[in-house]
Amino acid sequence: MELLERFAAGDLEAFEALFRAHQKEVYAWVVRIVRDSGIAEDLTVETFWRIYKSRARFDPAGNFRAWARRIATNAALDHLRHSHRETELPEDLASAGTADPAVRREARERIRKAFQELPPKYRLVATLALVEEEPYYDIAEAVGISHALVKVRVFRAVRMLRKKLNSLGVEANAI
Amino acid sequence: MSNEENNKEMKKLLKQVIAPAQETELRRDLWPQMLRKLEEQPAPVVSVPWFDWALAAILSGVLVFFPGSIPALLYHL
Repeated sequence: MELLERFAAGDLEAFEALFRAHQKEVYAWVVRIVRDSGIAEDLTVETFWRIYKSRARFDPAGNFRAWARRIATNAALDHLRHSHRETELPEDLASAGTADPAVRREARERIRKAFQELPPKYRLVATLALVEEEPYYDIAEAVGISHALVKVRVFRAVRMLRKKLNSLGVEANAI
Repeated sequence: MSNEENNKEMKKLLKQVIAPAQETELRRDLWPQMLRKLEEQPAPVVSVPWFDWALAAILSGVLVFFPGSIPALLYHL
């Protein structure tokens, strides 16, 4: 029996093999969204926990990688929803040194705050599309929406950000 | 300003504040953590979503209070 069939039938060894084969990829995707390595590790485990619970619904002829990424995205979105307005958006994983030194600290804080206050589903798409520059098709597949809807969400996120920045007194072209 | 230009400008602005994640490499094997979670929370064998229970309750209510709807329901089945 194939690995995916054994997994769908509840074989723990098959699940372990899939876990080991895909954990790095799931983590790398989730950390781009939540931007915290500890949280991303927890969410990777949570993703595979959801995968294991839903194994009976998985079609062994289907694409496990895409399915796992969709579940990981949902887990990350749930995290963003529950941590919304409570946690700070970390400045690094990437080093702060790569930022333009001319960017004023206060303006940066305001922009970060405005971004953090975006509704989670817009923040998720904006992070992947604008910060991580993931292709729209990949985002659409991971979120489970159409390519056109990804465009719409990016557009709305940009509009909301612009509005928030204006209300915070930050001119986008002044930075 | 077009959408594309809008996006480009916002992308540039955001990247000055939130740089793309660079350390995306998983540094340890998470399988032991996964095993602990599996042991702590065994998956339920059968679970019926609350929505299904709600639908069943609504349907039962309709059939009890409006028995005349039974033929219509049977027709649509």
